[in-house]
Amino acid sequence: MMNLLIILGVILVLGILYMIFRVGNLIRVAKGKQEAEARVDSANGTNAALFVVFMVVSLVAFFWYSFANFDNYTLPIASEHGKKTDSLFWITMAITVIAFSIISVIMFWFIFKYQYNKDRKAKYYPDNHYLELAWTVIPAIVLALLIFTGLRTWNEITAPASKEAEVIEIIAQQFAWTARYPGVKDNELGSYNYKLIDPVNEFGLDLTDKRSFDDFKSLELHLPVGKEILLKIRAKDVLHSVFLPHFRVKMDAVPGMPTQFKFTVTKTTEQMRTETGNPNFNYELACTEICGRGHFSMKMPVVVEDEASYEAWKKTQEAWLKQNPDYLKQVPAALKEAAMIQAGLEKDPGATVAAAVQQ
Amino acid sequence: MATTDIHLHQHGNDHHDAHAHDEHEHHAGNFWTTYVFTQDHKMIGKQFLITGIFWALIGGTLSVIFRLQLGFPDMNLDWLKPILGEWITPEGKLDPEFYLALVTMHGTIMVFFVLTAGLSGTFSNFLIPLQIGARDMASGFMNMLSYWFFFLASVIMFISLFIETGPAGGGWTIYPPLSALPQAIKGSGLGMTLWLVSMALFIVSQLLGGVNYITTIINMRTRGMAFTKMPLTIWAFFFTAIIGLLSFPVLLSAALLLIFDRSFGTSFYLSDIYIGGEALAHDGGSPILFQHLFWFLGHPEVYIVLLPALGLSSEVIATNSRKPIFGYKAMIGSMLFIAILSFIVWAHHMFVTGMNPFLGSIFMLLTLIIAVPSAVKIFNYVTTLWKGNLRFTPGMLFSIGLVSFFLTGGITGIFLGNSAIDIQLHDTYFVVAHFHLVMGSAAFFGMLAGIYHWFPKMFGRMMDDRLGYIHFWITFVGVYMVFFPMHYIGVAGFPRRYYTWTNFETFTKFADLNMLVSTAAILTLAAQFIFLFNFFYSMFRGRLAPLNPWYSNTLEWTTPRFPEHGNWPGEIPAVYRWPYDYSKPGAADDYIPQTVPYSETLESNLPHENELIKLETSNGGNAIVVDSHKG
Repeated sequence: MMNLLIILGVILVLGILYMIFRVGNLIRVAKGKQEAEARVDSANGTNAALFVVFMVVSLVAFFWYSFANFDNYTLPIASEHGKKTDSLFWITMAITVIAFSIISVIMFWFIFKYQYNKDRKAKYYPDNHYLELAWTVIPAIVLALLIFTGLRTWNEITAPASKEAEVIEIIAQQFAWTARYPGVKDNELGSYNYKLIDPVNEFGLDLTDKRSFDDFKSLELHLPVGKEILLKIRAKDVLHSVFLPHFRVKMDAVPGMPTQFKFTVTKTTEQMRTETGNPNFNYELACTEICGRGHFSMKMPVVVEDEASYEAWKKTQEAWLKQNPDYLKQVPAALKEAAMIQAGLEKDPGATVAAAVQQ
Repeated sequence: MATTDIHLHQHGNDHHDAHAHDEHEHHAGNFWTTYVFTQDHKMIGKQFLITGIFWALIGGTLSVIFRLQLGFPDMNLDWLKPILGEWITPEGKLDPEFYLALVTMHGTIMVFFVLTAGLSGTFSNFLIPLQIGARDMASGFMNMLSYWFFFLASVIMFISLFIETGPAGGGWTIYPPLSALPQAIKGSGLGMTLWLVSMALFIVSQLLGGVNYITTIINMRTRGMAFTKMPLTIWAFFFTAIIGLLSFPVLLSAALLLIFDRSFGTSFYLSDIYIGGEALAHDGGSPILFQHLFWFLGHPEVYIVLLPALGLSSEVIATNSRKPIFGYKAMIGSMLFIAILSFIVWAHHMFVTGMNPFLGSIFMLLTLIIAVPSAVKIFNYVTTLWKGNLRFTPGMLFSIGLVSFFLTGGITGIFLGNSAIDIQLHDTYFVVAHFHLVMGSAAFFGMLAGIYHWFPKMFGRMMDDRLGYIHFWITFVGVYMVFFPMHYIGVAGFPRRYYTWTNFETFTKFADLNMLVSTAAILTLAAQFIFLFNFFYSMFRGRLAPLNPWYSNTLEWTTPRFPEHGNWPGEIPAVYRWPYDYSKPGAADDYIPQTVPYSETLESNLPHENELIKLETSNGGNAIVVDSHKG
């Protein structure tokens, strides 16, 4: 019933609007020919004025909102290269906003000033090579500057990571992130193969590689502050994208093509909590490449600590192999002993290996 | 001047019988050959237009549905059940997978079916023969096929909206592996198959059309219509058709390889995949390859959408400023430069895909160069307005709107083209704001400007101006209210294609802005119904159009009010001058149509133009036209 009333109401309103339109038309026809003779109608001046009103109101709203809500739409920076990319962003912003404002004001002012007047004739002004040259060359120079600074920053960001960088692997799948750490014993990531992936061996860890024995898994991304980090990124099923908004880090995760991103975090989670005044602040990792139904929920918590706590945390983590000792059977016989030790299944190298295997 | 025009046509009619042998004159077909399987470029243009408008409504409605989810996440959407059925969950929410399908179909429909077929298809078809002085396209039959391939593509895409597993849902860019694996998302099942089939047909349609446009422009210009005397619209359609002809086949190959991967077990794009509890046999493919192929079309596609709109608005702005377009040659040059550059910037969509960073720096360099010709275009538009005598017809309003969007949206391209800045902004709402303004809304406004401006030629009647003004102002303000706030949301890092952001503490803000955006989107869509009413009402009941309602110089306004197949009843008029002799000093009126020879305008000729008079008189065929003007 309610719906019916709404529909009837809408029809009524539309009917009234239509009548107004018809009546208006008839009046215009009755008014006769003068309007038809004129080359513009009476609304010409109104339209011209509205453009100026629009320009003033929207520029004021733009500047007001941009200043008043600055802290709302800018994310605090917490990485070395983030400072550089953000300063590039704001330099570009300054240049473009100046250009944008000037052009807008001039354009809308012209629109108002040169509105139709039957006693005036427009200026026949087909071209001016100096002007055209000027506004080809000036933007080109400004852009060259932006390109130059941008390229330098881009090359720094994408340069190879140093040997001392902390290597962490991050694996994307529908719809979760997993991190793999190289382990405290050898500090090297073991190799993997997607064909070895099964419900338990999520990494596809290749246990014939001795570097993999002490690798451990984490569902939280722990990062040390002030140390270069090299994220090795891969995906198991479809494209995903690692996005760490506070670190200005973004890199796709591609099945079959490992990618990477190096960066240095400058603030721990605790420092960020003080800085933002939000005691519940947490860094987050989000997915920014459409990956299916749960794309919007693909989150990983990120914890940034000072290096000592980070190292301490790493020591508390159990190797993946220790958590899943069944997989010892994939380890070649010759490496079994090493695997036991590296995985932390066996503390004392002298103890009997056979006993552990039987467990 | 209007009387002169009428004389011209009366004169043409006098000669009617003499030209009766002309097959176009007595081509009175039945309903099927006139309105359906027509080979008349004007009717084919209208077919593209009506189909485009239909798609625009669908595409706009889809966007409003997903904006409801984003702006009013707590809203109960049970009332949409009659239309969406199972896609509304029992809790009255939009299904997240269907949300992705909506986003995907909105993009596909708007980019390809509205702004490519609806814009370029309509106006290239309608205006090329009329503005260059040709009876029809080089091949009317191919032109007809072009529409019907498009129609078939439309039918298939439309059907895909209603199938049980839903339409394609992997984003309009359909990146594999998501689009290749039905187990990854429902939309990659039958929906994706239909998408690919539909797009393959669509590409065929584009190629048939493009070949025709190019051939017609090169071969069928009337006497005197040198390339340097062509209106900028024609130049724009010319470049657009060339870009399309070179880039669409690449999309076809990308789609074909994807079909192979999906259906025949090949591994062009797939490698190392473990999904649904099993490792797939695909090995050695690269998802990045698809992205390269896709964007090799995808970026030129931006200009396929934009150039016709820029061409239309150049014409409309010059006419209604009563001034020559400033820097005619610079406008052509910048379009040519943009067209060339459009082929070598595609990888700026891929800075953070893992592509070699060195390649990224090259593409950043090339991308930012494209800002130069774009800036030149904006400056030239503004200079055209300077000291003009501006008439704000609805077409002019929408053209000004286009320039404004092109400026606002173009400027953010300088951020995104810079790979270092793009790291943070990639795939956030900043990108959404950027391309919706610079490409989506600008091209959409170009299309509307074209419809308002050429409606009198299309249907012989005038659209209602006042409704046009209302339509413009609501849409202009509405579009800014939809897309401007997205810049802030994007700078704050909000990723696009998110069903909701509530899972992240980082993205909890801006519920207010999102609500504003959604409200504005609804209002903007609603305002389009004013246009629809105006369009269909005026088609049948609008005021009869004068022959040259905007006092314009170009050739299409020398045709009768209701031009038949063949366009001009008599001989095709010859052309003597460029199309922008507006407000020429010394001239009686503020415009001199292209058909007026210099010998008749001694009072306004520039010195070098007086020398051209000799060439005119040596050509006997012009006598008719000259006479008619004296009459």
